Amino acid sequence: MPVNSAALVAATRLGFAARAGDLETIGRDPRGWALAQLRRGAAPLPSNLPSSASMVVAEFEMRRDKGDLEAKQAFNERVKEVYFAEISARMDAASRSDTPLPERLCHFWSNHFTVSILRPAIRGYAAAFEREAIRPHVTGRFHDMLLAVVRHPAMLFYLDNAFSIGPDSLIGVRRDKGLNENLGRELLELHTLGVDGGYTQADVEALARILTGWSVATLKEPNAGSFRFRPAAHEPGAKVLLGRTYEENGEGEGQAALLALATHPATAHHIAFKLARYFIADVPPKDSVLRIAQVFRDSGGDLGRVTAAVVREEALWRTPFAKLRTPQDMVIAAARVTGFTPPPPMLVNSLRLLDQMPFFAPSPAGWPDTAADWISPEAVLRRADWCQTFASRLPEPPDPVALAAASFGEALPEETAQAIRRAPSQRIAVALLLASPSFQRR
Amino acid sequence: MIGRRDILKLTAGSAAAFTVLGLPNAVFAALPGDRRFVVVLLRGALDGLAAVPPLADAQYREKRGALALPAPGEANGCLALDKTFALHPALAPVLPYWQKGELLFIHASGNGYRTRSHFDGQDLMESGLAAKTGLSDGWLNRALADLQHGNRRLGLAVGGAVPLILRGKVEVASWEPPGGLRDASPEFIAALEPLYRQDTLLGPALAEGLKAQHFSESVLGDDMQGGRGFGPKNFPPLAEAAGKLLAAPDGPRIAVLEMGGWDTHVNQGAAQGRLAQNLSGYADGLDAFAKAMGEAWRQTVVVAVTEFGRTVAVNGNDGTDHGTASVLLMMGGAVKGGRIAGDWPGLARLQDDRDLRVATDSRSVMKGILRDHLGADRAALDRKVFPDTQGLRPFEGLVRV
Repeated sequence: MPVNSAALVAATRLGFAARAGDLETIGRDPRGWALAQLRRGAAPLPSNLPSSASMVVAEFEMRRDKGDLEAKQAFNERVKEVYFAEISARMDAASRSDTPLPERLCHFWSNHFTVSILRPAIRGYAAAFEREAIRPHVTGRFHDMLLAVVRHPAMLFYLDNAFSIGPDSLIGVRRDKGLNENLGRELLELHTLGVDGGYTQADVEALARILTGWSVATLKEPNAGSFRFRPAAHEPGAKVLLGRTYEENGEGEGQAALLALATHPATAHHIAFKLARYFIADVPPKDSVLRIAQVFRDSGGDLGRVTAAVVREEALWRTPFAKLRTPQDMVIAAARVTGFTPPPPMLVNSLRLLDQMPFFAPSPAGWPDTAADWISPEAVLRRADWCQTFASRLPEPPDPVALAAASFGEALPEETAQAIRRAPSQRIAVALLLASPSFQRR
Repeated sequence: MIGRRDILKLTAGSAAAFTVLGLPNAVFAALPGDRRFVVVLLRGALDGLAAVPPLADAQYREKRGALALPAPGEANGCLALDKTFALHPALAPVLPYWQKGELLFIHASGNGYRTRSHFDGQDLMESGLAAKTGLSDGWLNRALADLQHGNRRLGLAVGGAVPLILRGKVEVASWEPPGGLRDASPEFIAALEPLYRQDTLLGPALAEGLKAQHFSESVLGDDMQGGRGFGPKNFPPLAEAAGKLLAAPDGPRIAVLEMGGWDTHVNQGAAQGRLAQNLSGYADGLDAFAKAMGEAWRQTVVVAVTEFGRTVAVNGNDGTDHGTASVLLMMGGAVKGGRIAGDWPGLARLQDDRDLRVATDSRSVMKGILRDHLGADRAALDRKVFPDTQGLRPFEGLVRV
C-alpha cells in the first residue's frame, strides 16, 4: 500500500478524518503515529465542566423541591447549558485533536457502556459519565473501566441498580422491596461476556443480588451524588455466578465478580469482536478477532495493548473503506476537515435530525455499528441535506479543490474530483465533497 | 434597536418564522432619505439570453436553436418589453413592475474579468476586483464603511453564512430560516446522483429516497415545502422575510440574498423546464420582496447579478455552457425603469465565437447606484470600493434622485 494511502487509513479509521497537514504529519509511519497516541492516552477535557456528583445533587434538590417551578426551570436551563458545553468540548476534542485515536476510543467505549438520556433523570450527567468513567481508562485496564462504569451514578440510575434491593436485606424485608436485574443482565449480555457468552438466567439474578446495595448517596448521606454502597440494601448470603461461589462479603462481592467478568475469555472475545467491527469492517475477519482476543487475555485486558493489536492487524490497513460513517462521525469529520464547528445548539439539532443525538442512544446496546443500520432512503437524503446545510453555514468556504487534496491526497476518485471542480459554487463543491461516497465512508 | 422579538413580530403571519443569528445586539443606522439597497447574487451563471431574449436580433433564432423562445402571442410566448427585447414567460410576476416603470434591465452586462470558472467568477463578482489578489473582503462591505456612522449595523446577509460580498471590517448581521436541516437543492442532488450511481449501498438508497420525496411532494403539494430548502421554492419566503426586515423603521438598510440553480448544462428547457422553474421562483421572490416592503419600496433599489452568462448556442446536452455576458436586473420604486439600458452588442459578432460580448461593466452600474442612491463618494468608489477603477465611470441615470 502506498505511503500516502496508509496515512489516509490512519487518519480516517484510527482518527476521524485528515485535516490539512495530517497526512504529512502521519507520513511514513502511520502505525508509529497510532501507537505513540496509545502510550499517552486520552487528554482530559477542559476542567470547567461540572462533576456528575454536583449535577446529581442538583437533580435531587430539584426533585425534593418539586413544587418550586422556578427552581425546576433554573435546573432545566442549567442542564441544557451543561449539555451544550459537554457536547461542544467533546466535539472540539475529536475535531481538533492532534491525537485523535484516544478520542475515537472514548466514543467507542462510551457507546459500549451506553447511558442514554432516554432515561431523563440522568440528563444532567450522562455526558459527564464519559469524561469520568470512560476517558481515563481507554488505554488502561478494562477491569478499571468496568468498575468505574458500574460505580457511576449515570449507569446506576440508567440501568436501575440504584433502586435494586435485596429481598432479604434489612430494607427489603422492612419495605417489601425487591431485586431489579436490569444492570445484572446488561453487564453480562452487553458489557462483558456477550449474548452468547454462556450465562443463564440464574447467573443474571445472581449478579443482580451481588450488586444489591451499589447505589448513589442521597442528600442526607455523606458525599451526596457519588457512589455509595448501602449495606442495608445488600442481599445477604452466598451467591453462585458462572459456577463460582461468592461468599457473603458486602461490596467486595461485586468487586470480585466484576474482576472475574472482566477477565473472562468470553469477554475477551466479545470485546475483540466489537473493536474489530468498529475499526476494520462490519464483518471483521475471524482471525483478526482471535488475535485481538488473545492479546486481551494475555494482557489481562490491558486496553492500550489490545488497541495496539487492532492497529497491527493487516486487515485494518488492507480492507477498503467499507464502513459507513455514522452521523456523528460524518459531522465530526466535516468539522475536522473544514475547521468549522457549528455552534452547539445547531450542532445538536442537526445530529438529532440525523437520528444520532449524543447520549440519546435508543437502548443500552448503544448506537448500531454497521452500514445497514444507518442506510435508509430517508437517511441518505438527510445526509445530503446536512452536507448542503453545513456547507452553506461555513463562515468562509475553503477552496474546495485544495480541501479535497488535503483530506484525501490522491485517493479521491476522478469522478468526484471532477464534480467538485465543476460545481456551480464553492459551497456546493464543499457539500459534494462531504456527501461523496468517499467521505461517507471510513 | 431591533431585537429577536421584533423580528418574530415582523415575520408573524408569513409562512415561515425566522430565527436570528447575530441580530439581538444589532443596531441599524438610517441612510440618507432612508434608502434601501439589496443585492441578489445569482450563483451558477444565469442565461441572460433566456431571461430577457433579444427576439428581434436577426441572429437570435438561428443561433439559439432549440432554446429560442416563442414570440409574444404564441403558446407559452414571451412577454414583450420593447421592440427588441422580451421577458421569459416564467418571469411574468415581475412584468407589472416594468409597466409601472420600476424594472430595468441592463443587457450584455458582465464583470471586469474574463473567466469561465464559477469559483473565480463569483469570487471576483463579490470582491469587486478585476483579478484574484487574495483580498478577502467584499465591495459592499467596503462601501458600507463610508455609509454607516459609528458602530451601527446597516448590512444583513440573508440565508446562512455571510457571503464574500458582505465580508470585511464592517460588522454585518445574518439570519436564516429556523430548523436544523434544509432540503438539498435540485442542482446539488443532480451533481451527487452520478457519484452515487455506481455505489451499491448509497445509490439505491438515494434513488428510493428521491422517489419517496417526489411522491410526498405530489401528495402534499409545494406549499408544504417552501422556505425549508435550497431550491427555487425556497427563494420567495426568504425574499419576503428580507422585505419585512428591511421595511421596518429600525431594520437593516442593505441586504444580500443568494439564489442558486442557474448552472443549466443539461436539459435547460426553453419556455418550460428546469431554467423556467428557477426563473419562476426568482420572479415570485422579487414580487414577494416588493410587496413585503410596503411603503419603503419607493426608496428601494434591488440589483441582481450573476458571475457570467452562458453560451449562445445549445450544447450536446440540451443545455448551455459557461459564457461571458449576461443580463443584470434592477427593480424598485427608486429605479428609473420600464426600459432596457446600456448598449446591445448584438449576436452577429460573439466573444470567442461563442458568447454574448460585454457591453456594460456591472461595476459601473454598482458605482452609479452607490453614488446616486446611497450618496457614496466618487473618489471612494474609484479607489476603495472598486480599487483602481478611475477610468470606469458610474452609470448615469439609473435611479430617481
